[in-house]
Amino acid sequence: MPAIPLRLDAVVKRFGDLTAVSGVSLEVHERACLGLLGPNGAGKSTLIRSIAGRVRLDSGSIRVFGEPAGSAAARAQLGWVPQELALYPLLTCRENLDAFGRYQGLRGKALDDGIAWCLEWAALADRAGATVKALSGGMRRRLNMAAGMVHRPRIMLLDEPTVGVDPQSRNRIFEMVAELRDQGTTVIYTTHYMEEAERLCDTIAIIDHGRAIAEGRQEELVAQSFGSRSDVLMRFASTVENGSAWAAARGGTVDEGVAHFAVEKPTDIGPLLDAAIRDGLEVIDVVLRRPNLESVFLQLTGRDLRQ
Amino acid sequence: MIAAIVRNGFRALRRDKGALILSFVLPIAFFSIFGMIFGGMGGGSTPRVSVLVVDEDGSAVSGRLVAALLQEPSLDASTHAKAKKGGPVPPDYTAAGAEAAVKQGDAPAALIIPRGFGAHPISFGPGRDSPPIRLLHDSSDPVAAQMVGGMLQKVVMTSLPDTMAKMGMQYFEQYSGGLTPQQRESVESALSRVPNAPSQSGPRKDTGLVALDVRDVVGEKKHNSMISFYAAAIGVMFLLFTASAASGSLLDESESGALDRILSARVSMTTLLAGKVAYSALLASAQLTLMFLWGAAVFHLDLFTHLPGFVVMTAATSFAVASFGILLASVSHTRAQSAGISTLIILTMSALGGSMFPRYFMPAAMQKVGLLTLNAWAIDGYTKVFWRDEPILRLAPQVAVLVGAGMVLFLIARRFARRWEYS
Repeated sequence: MPAIPLRLDAVVKRFGDLTAVSGVSLEVHERACLGLLGPNGAGKSTLIRSIAGRVRLDSGSIRVFGEPAGSAAARAQLGWVPQELALYPLLTCRENLDAFGRYQGLRGKALDDGIAWCLEWAALADRAGATVKALSGGMRRRLNMAAGMVHRPRIMLLDEPTVGVDPQSRNRIFEMVAELRDQGTTVIYTTHYMEEAERLCDTIAIIDHGRAIAEGRQEELVAQSFGSRSDVLMRFASTVENGSAWAAARGGTVDEGVAHFAVEKPTDIGPLLDAAIRDGLEVIDVVLRRPNLESVFLQLTGRDLRQ
Repeated sequence: MIAAIVRNGFRALRRDKGALILSFVLPIAFFSIFGMIFGGMGGGSTPRVSVLVVDEDGSAVSGRLVAALLQEPSLDASTHAKAKKGGPVPPDYTAAGAEAAVKQGDAPAALIIPRGFGAHPISFGPGRDSPPIRLLHDSSDPVAAQMVGGMLQKVVMTSLPDTMAKMGMQYFEQYSGGLTPQQRESVESALSRVPNAPSQSGPRKDTGLVALDVRDVVGEKKHNSMISFYAAAIGVMFLLFTASAASGSLLDESESGALDRILSARVSMTTLLAGKVAYSALLASAQLTLMFLWGAAVFHLDLFTHLPGFVVMTAATSFAVASFGILLASVSHTRAQSAGISTLIILTMSALGGSMFPRYFMPAAMQKVGLLTLNAWAIDGYTKVFWRDEPILRLAPQVAVLVGAGMVLFLIARRFARRWEYS
């Protein structure tokens, strides 16, 4: 039976008194895209660095296709895109790819092919001779990704690859990730943007305080936390003095002038609207929203993802 | 408002250790170094000039002159090589041995007192029947020959006053047509009162009465005596700056995250450091080669006749400075910190090691301290190649020290670089 691409068993990493990763166990299967979703400082990057073999674990183990993380065999199967722009600013795109390809042991045709593929993949073929300094922010991000892919690894570790890029560049990066998946690459993707995890990943692990507090497909996570319930958001024409009491009497809360209710089925919205009209409240906006990953995170931790 | 700006400036300075070092530590360090070199560490005086003395005459007069030279406080005179610990005293230098010693750089000058000197110690008049004392010197130390020549005249006058007076009267009689019996009696009476022991009076004006044959035994065939020294001295100092800047790329890579990415590939930390040292060493070699080529083109430095020695010294020096650079990078946490530390250390090493002015100007103790620097060994090696025309094998001490230092510095750098290996 072939070894699974990535297996983490009770991984623990401490920095002094701080436990950055606390007993995380995960399995990632071939061609999967696992999203590590969590706020800043949750331990996502430490987890990624651990998989890349750059962290000495306090306990637990990580295996890449059955090989210990950090071993030469494991490194050859991994591509890592750090959160920082880990590039040579005075070298051109092609020279950067050449350098990182050689660091991965590529030579000759394999290196040339790897560079050519990466330039196409990152849509930088026409800027191959431009230095990093001369590239836009989005292009730099794409080159940063390409530098981790030049040796065509079977697993790609992407650590917040869209930090600081404009929406257009972000879409281009999403397309690059989708292309990787189409070609059969297993992807581990860290982000604190719920939308990115929802769009790109088929499995999501929610990370908080170094622990994987939930793991599964998006709909599974939502179902685990909320069942079939949906959120109803109701806004009134003017601030209602007794709005909080009114919402609380019907099992809801008021946050920044918006009343939140949980309903089992969409038709439950009717009785709420009837009650508001009956009590003289002028409703100007009603939204029925299926809970998302952010709702799950809020439900599980009591905090917002962006806190 | 101005007070707020001033306060902010001092707050930022307090947290910028590199700027603090440059502002306060560097000036004091340099003040101290130059004070020790030129101020003689409180109470010292002008450094003594080493001179080898060979007495070919063996007369009573030459013996008194040698004894006086050995006692002259401003000279470090010796008639034989230093004895090894517990070993017998080596035989006295011969003229050929002294010349060879000067050529090897054991001493900057040698005095050869020729046969017949005792019979005619004074050189005067058209006959000049006094055989000249030969002063052999190494013109890479331009001060030594002047100093020894002047001190010789002083020592002759103060150690042989009776001989000087008698010879003076002989010449007077020879060129004046003779003395009357009354004059002769009066002169002899006066001469009998002239002491024959060295005078304790103060320094006397150099009369130039002792004939000197001055010969530069090292640089007489050189086109430009000091250019190889300065090419090496200045070259090594800038090499150190180049190497520390080149190795600083390690800090850039650390700050950008590229170092993490490189180490996550198939590159080990030892390989990475070795690559950095190789790059810095090649850069340093190119820099030195360019410097010496410029010296050859513009200052007629004999580069091409000394090519093997140049290659050996350049390779050893480049490796040593490259390892020094990588050590600086590995102990620093930021580029700014590395710049501050390297400026302090490189300027100090250059001052002590002879890159700013020759070490032979320094007191003996400071010259020994200078041997703790890469500059001193590199400059000594290049001097052997270009100035003393010594064969490559004679470069062994300099090459061994530079390569050995390079290896030790590399190993220390590797130890410090462990902090980058894993988190």
